[in-house]
Amino acid sequence: MANKLINQMGLPKSIVNIFTARNIITAKDALSHTEFELMELLDVGKEEVTSAMAHVSEVVCPPCQTALLLLEQRVLNESLAGHLSTRLKGLDEALCGGIPFGVLTELVGPAGIGKTQFCLKLSLLASLPTNCGGLDGRVIYIDVESKFRSKRLIEIGINSFPEIFLKKGMAQEMAGRILILHPTSLSEFAESLHQIRVSLLQQQVKLLIIDSMAALVLGEHDSEASRQQALGWHVSFIKSLAEFSRIPVVLTNQVRSQIGDESRMYSFQAQSHSIIKDNPATYDSHLVAALGINWAHAVTIRLVLEARSGQRFIKLAKSPISAPLAFPFKITSSGLVLLDDEGIEMKGPEINTIHCQGLSLSTLAVSSAEYILRTKNA
Amino acid sequence: MEVGMLPISASKRGKLLAAGYTTLDAIARASPTHLARDIDVSESEATEILNLASKPSALERPNGSHTAVVGGGQTAWDMLNDEKFSSYITTSCADLDNILGGGIKCKEVTEIGGVPGIGKTQIGIQLAVNVQIPQEYGGLGGKAIYIDTEGSFMVERVLQIAEACIEDMAEYSRHFHKDFQACDVKMHPNNILENIFYFRVCSYTEQIALINYLDKFITENKDVKILIVDSVTFHFRQDFDDMALRTRLLSEMALKLMKLAKKFRLAVVMFNQVTTKHIEGSFQLTLALGDSWSHSCTNRIILFWNGNERHAFIDKSPSLKSASAPYSVTTRGIRNSTSSCKRIKMM
Repeated sequence: MANKLINQMGLPKSIVNIFTARNIITAKDALSHTEFELMELLDVGKEEVTSAMAHVSEVVCPPCQTALLLLEQRVLNESLAGHLSTRLKGLDEALCGGIPFGVLTELVGPAGIGKTQFCLKLSLLASLPTNCGGLDGRVIYIDVESKFRSKRLIEIGINSFPEIFLKKGMAQEMAGRILILHPTSLSEFAESLHQIRVSLLQQQVKLLIIDSMAALVLGEHDSEASRQQALGWHVSFIKSLAEFSRIPVVLTNQVRSQIGDESRMYSFQAQSHSIIKDNPATYDSHLVAALGINWAHAVTIRLVLEARSGQRFIKLAKSPISAPLAFPFKITSSGLVLLDDEGIEMKGPEINTIHCQGLSLSTLAVSSAEYILRTKNA
Repeated sequence: MEVGMLPISASKRGKLLAAGYTTLDAIARASPTHLARDIDVSESEATEILNLASKPSALERPNGSHTAVVGGGQTAWDMLNDEKFSSYITTSCADLDNILGGGIKCKEVTEIGGVPGIGKTQIGIQLAVNVQIPQEYGGLGGKAIYIDTEGSFMVERVLQIAEACIEDMAEYSRHFHKDFQACDVKMHPNNILENIFYFRVCSYTEQIALINYLDKFITENKDVKILIVDSVTFHFRQDFDDMALRTRLLSEMALKLMKLAKKFRLAVVMFNQVTTKHIEGSFQLTLALGDSWSHSCTNRIILFWNGNERHAFIDKSPSLKSASAPYSVTTRGIRNSTSSCKRIKMM
């Protein structure tokens, strides 16, 4: 609506001509000036400007909905009341049914913790028929780090839904619904987003996964300021994509080491905390999510995957729906499995910290050995 | 007072100056006919200019009576009497209400900022529900406007908080009317959801347009008592290259929000994001949108982590002292911190 033409809004002819003469063509042009600037520019009085701008504003502003209407629309128009079930019972309950439609959901965690495994399973779940709890649609998977593995996808499917995948041709059909893109630059990614927007309308795309968002941006921009600037447009676009299509959008993020003097306090906090000096227990606790604070504000739900004392946890770090909770999990042949559906409520900023302790090399070696053996048996 | 300050078009102003009318007094002394002839405009336009020029001249006229010497003014005594009847919207956290003097104050613009995940949207939803508490339970019985720029408004969460609010009111009713017949709480969660007007804003142009439109919208929808902008920051942070233009647009928007708060006696709550600021060789967290924006709100509340507790700090207010209060985000909404004494929540 911001680009609606001034002359299409039913304003008086004389006013429209004045706007046009000053090269103010769209509502965005008009609303990007203060009223005083418009008085100067258009050479008209205050009453005319105020009246015209009130009219333009009324035409441009988004429609009003009540919260009740929103709720009713969700229940009527969307399967599972607007959520994609993850099949992780505790997490689904905390999120009122699963990954919500229309918002950004972020997975953040260190390398090897299970972010891509989670995304693979979500892709399958979105492809499944509705009678099996899926969305019966297509999936667009933007794989920046080349971590997508079809073989692992089929394995997760066979172990999770044997009654479906062992039917003849069903594995091919399910896997055929997932489209993988490999952008190698931010501009290529932006181009893909525009094409995705078109295909969302024409085809039954039900899920968009970007794995990972950080890899694109960190690879191109070395300074913090230009990185934030580059992200800005993409954040807005992806959010609007999610909303007008009413699909879940899942993005993964990397972690980075926290710089020693990095800000965690406001100016009034620093005084009272000057005596107490934080002594970090281990180096591993110095991990933070990449892409910075501005990005963190843009995502609606953040799931932090971490390992502590040899145990993996998935934490609901940021969510308007639920309390901060942590669930222990493990990775099996059928994907992520929660060990405890009753989440551990975490108080304090610990919900946002990212640990990577206890997954020693020997543990990884054992896991790799088991995987090799299983592959040979298959 | 100069001719340059009149809200008239630039060409008319130029004609006035060229014709020698450099002060408002000079204009006020002229007759419409003379003025029309001198600056070559119609007589009706000249009359309009004279009206504009005559309004402020009341400042120079001595007046010994107690009535307001300037139209629209108010004596300090009258303002004091007005403030005795100020309305507040409870946050459902008694500690936070205490440092705020009773809750979020109507007729004022309050900014709330904090780091991601601290609970800003939760507070917004809680306020949108609490404004609807009926007057017999100590509330305002008003409606809420929720402007969502980030897409974080989750209607499922509103339902949770609304149900918890109704349960609290029922508990309150039983507690204070146990000697009498229990008063049934007649509210239903759907009623609460129906009284929250939701606008999803997808660009800064829509944000400006919506705030311009709200004057008419609130006139048509009576009983709106709170306006929540969640967040004011998002589009102005993402979509802008021209920072000077951003500052001008934000300033005008802030003025319009203040005007809405005064005119309709409602509370305006704006959420802000945080950014880092480099001061004296170290980084500090600060609210986004820069120093110019800091002047736009009457009260500023910063949410932060203090150890393992969420805290709210009054960073700026003309009437409240700097103070900090703990709060928690529970499945029932914003409540007192569990580590403080388990007081019964008195609405």
